Amino acid sequence: MTNHANTVETEQCAGHVLVRLGGEVDLSWSQDVRRAVLAALQGGLPVGVDLAAVDYIDSSGIAALVEGLQGARSRGVAFALIAVSAQVRAVLELARLDRVFTLAATTDEAFAGP
Amino acid sequence: MPSHPRDGPALQPPGLGPEPPVASAQALIDVHQLQAWYGRRRVLHGIDFRVAAGEIRVIMGGSGSGKSTLLRHLIGLQRPASGTVKLFGTDLGTASERELLAVRKRIGVSFQGGALLTSLSVGENVALPLREHTRLDESTIRIMSRLKLEVVNLGGFQDLMPGQLSGGMVKRAALARAIVMDPRLLFFDEPSAGLDPVVAAELDELILRLRDALRMTIVVVTHELESAFKIADTITVLDQGEILMTGAVEAVRAAPNTRIQDLLNRRPREVQVDAETYLRRLTEEEG
Repeated sequence: MTNHANTVETEQCAGHVLVRLGGEVDLSWSQDVRRAVLAALQGGLPVGVDLAAVDYIDSSGIAALVEGLQGARSRGVAFALIAVSAQVRAVLELARLDRVFTLAATTDEAFAGP
Repeated sequence: MPSHPRDGPALQPPGLGPEPPVASAQALIDVHQLQAWYGRRRVLHGIDFRVAAGEIRVIMGGSGSGKSTLLRHLIGLQRPASGTVKLFGTDLGTASERELLAVRKRIGVSFQGGALLTSLSVGENVALPLREHTRLDESTIRIMSRLKLEVVNLGGFQDLMPGQLSGGMVKRAALARAIVMDPRLLFFDEPSAGLDPVVAAELDELILRLRDALRMTIVVVTHELESAFKIADTITVLDQGEILMTGAVEAVRAAPNTRIQDLLNRRPREVQVDAETYLRRLTEEEG
């Protein structure tokens, strides 16, 4: 199992904002993740959360993503989880949230037009 | 068997023997020569018990076998009369209050009767550990506690009071509270007792999914054989305060030990009578 450092980085991309998470998203710093996700919504652009480097996420991390999705919906912008690992997917499935979030392999796939 | 990186590597299910070959340094739970007494009656006779990260361990035994006493020691409700109980490397017998609190934040306990606070709603019961032990934003607490209610199939029941729930719902609400902090180590006392077969099977499935998704190490105390065989990586069989064996499911099923087979086949034990001891028990003065 690869262990990544705990990181949250926000990148302004063409037409969307990408929040990249890494490491173990748990109670000890999930509030930082929450703040970053909510801040990313402020510009009114679609938001993707890249989870490729997430080794572990607990339900406080999932709660941050849920709040992000709810915030995006209230603003009428798209919100997607990108490159979801098997562990993250298992947690989403545990709460049946895999049926609620948009899951995509890449940002292109997530935000491609109709 | 998955494990959390901070818990050390997961081990293969151990084989037949009195205790699995889990090195102490790798064990999340490490019990050594634990003895417990109620008055002059010894109820645990020098228990050695180790559980590795990522494992589902079932403790099985009949009434009076000592499994509830062992559980009380494992969750820190009872201090060892002799021997040691270590969780995450912390000796519960010598730990300071601060160290005990740190351990308690990393474990969840689902009690047999639920132990919900009757003056609080279901949602408030589930959120209680988060309010007591974290400084999370209120919206995060609300989402986390409702997520856990969804996980146990009680979505939308957060405003009910415990008295309005059925026995199975109380058990599931108690489990939601036990897992709301995503504990590394979950103790579950008699999950299937008193439940209808469908709800019991759902709980078994949930225990397996919790281990796999959230990488929990889970200790289940039960006398329900079907449930034990379905969920266990390893089974510890207790009888009269002693561990008869610890082994994988198939090893326990095939164990030649008469007392284990009596338990598995629900054969009543023949009560041994020592005339002198029996007479003394009947006639001895109290005190």
